[in-house]
Amino acid sequence: MAQHLNYLRESASQTAGPYVHIGLAPGAAGFDIYKHELGQDIAGDAALGERIRVEGLVIDGTGSPVKDVLLEVWQANSAGHYAHPRGGGEVEEGFRGWGRVITNFETGEWGFDTVKPGKTRGRNVGMQAPHINFWLVARGINIGLNTRMYFDDEEEANGKDPVLNLIEWQVRRPTLVAKRSERDGIPVYRFDIRLQGENETVFFDI
Amino acid sequence: MTPDGEFYQRDRNLHPPAYTPDYKTSVARSPSYALISLQNSVGEITGPVFGHDDIDPIDKDLLSNYARPGESPIGERIILHGHVFDENGRAVPNTLVEAWQANAGGRYRHKKDTYLAPIDPNFGGCGRTITDEDGYYYFRTVKPGAYPWRNHVNNWRPAHIHISVFGEAFAQRLITQCYFEGDPLIPICPIVQTIPDQEAIDQLTAKLDMNSSIPLDTIAYKFDIVLRGRRSTLFENRLEGN
Repeated sequence: MAQHLNYLRESASQTAGPYVHIGLAPGAAGFDIYKHELGQDIAGDAALGERIRVEGLVIDGTGSPVKDVLLEVWQANSAGHYAHPRGGGEVEEGFRGWGRVITNFETGEWGFDTVKPGKTRGRNVGMQAPHINFWLVARGINIGLNTRMYFDDEEEANGKDPVLNLIEWQVRRPTLVAKRSERDGIPVYRFDIRLQGENETVFFDI
Repeated sequence: MTPDGEFYQRDRNLHPPAYTPDYKTSVARSPSYALISLQNSVGEITGPVFGHDDIDPIDKDLLSNYARPGESPIGERIILHGHVFDENGRAVPNTLVEAWQANAGGRYRHKKDTYLAPIDPNFGGCGRTITDEDGYYYFRTVKPGAYPWRNHVNNWRPAHIHISVFGEAFAQRLITQCYFEGDPLIPICPIVQTIPDQEAIDQLTAKLDMNSSIPLDTIAYKFDIVLRGRRSTLFENRLEGN
């Protein structure tokens, strides 16, 4: 008989449930308990690069906005470095690159302010186009969903991006590309995430 | 920097699939296309780093972090404690663990929770802590109550505490729930039963730990959490690190 491999097994995921906000973003949910709320300032005041706003909806299979979802975002700074020892380089003071975003409980709209990330190294060769990593949890989502948001004004970099190019169905690639417009002089990127149905967003097993 | 430190492939057989019709909310919220598999790049092998500046020591004490001075929440006082490991059995130190739960009557402090059980004025229902150098964490709290929910007509959630863990990288991010040994609602809960593997369910069931309880004060439950394992680059002068 062969020997056992003595690996442990990952704890199974469970839905974050309808009340994820009281646990992870209690201040934003109007529940005052902690001195410091985590994940509210993504880039910090000292971050270099273009200041942008990102907005959207998460839409379910019936076409309705999901109003109880919590999104986490993780991104590089404008030089393409993540705020982590393995992140590729130094980042500006106060740049965290991580944020927690909750929806408006009535409309489902969410949004956050940050700086546009730079290109980052690909896994093997080449550079990845600027992108923001997303992770979504909510009632009815049994395991957090990973996706990425790219920028529609980075057409050339997007065309060479190893991850976008991995998506065999070219018609699905645009589900990861946010559309740029401008409001009060600030660039606003619109990124609607569709959990199911027509134009279902591409989600990743990372 | 070399792009090492990828994570083991996630074993999707022990995680719930997205579409689990017995848990009705999943029906319209589950992607129907297959996930696209990625080899980890820098965005996946890195993640936010938290320090003790981010949180306060009292945040892990749900018995007092929302209680009025001199008062405490109603219910069975418990310690929930354990280690955060990765699949290699290595401790995961300095990682943020967050918890939220209903009160002893089974009611959340949330305006959308309309269950008949009363709000406890001394109980907020959330806490957070950072694992120590050995990957160890603990919370003090009250044992949450079971509560009914709208799924099938007569579904009750077993007592549970929601747990969120970061690990060292975005690829390790996990939200799960801790259940309690001996609860007869576990095998009939549609959310628990989204997990297709009984051993994986047992792994989410905290064991009563009398040796860690504090006599005449607090009873203890042990709940270890396992995050994904990390590959490393093979170095001949560091074979034990692989």
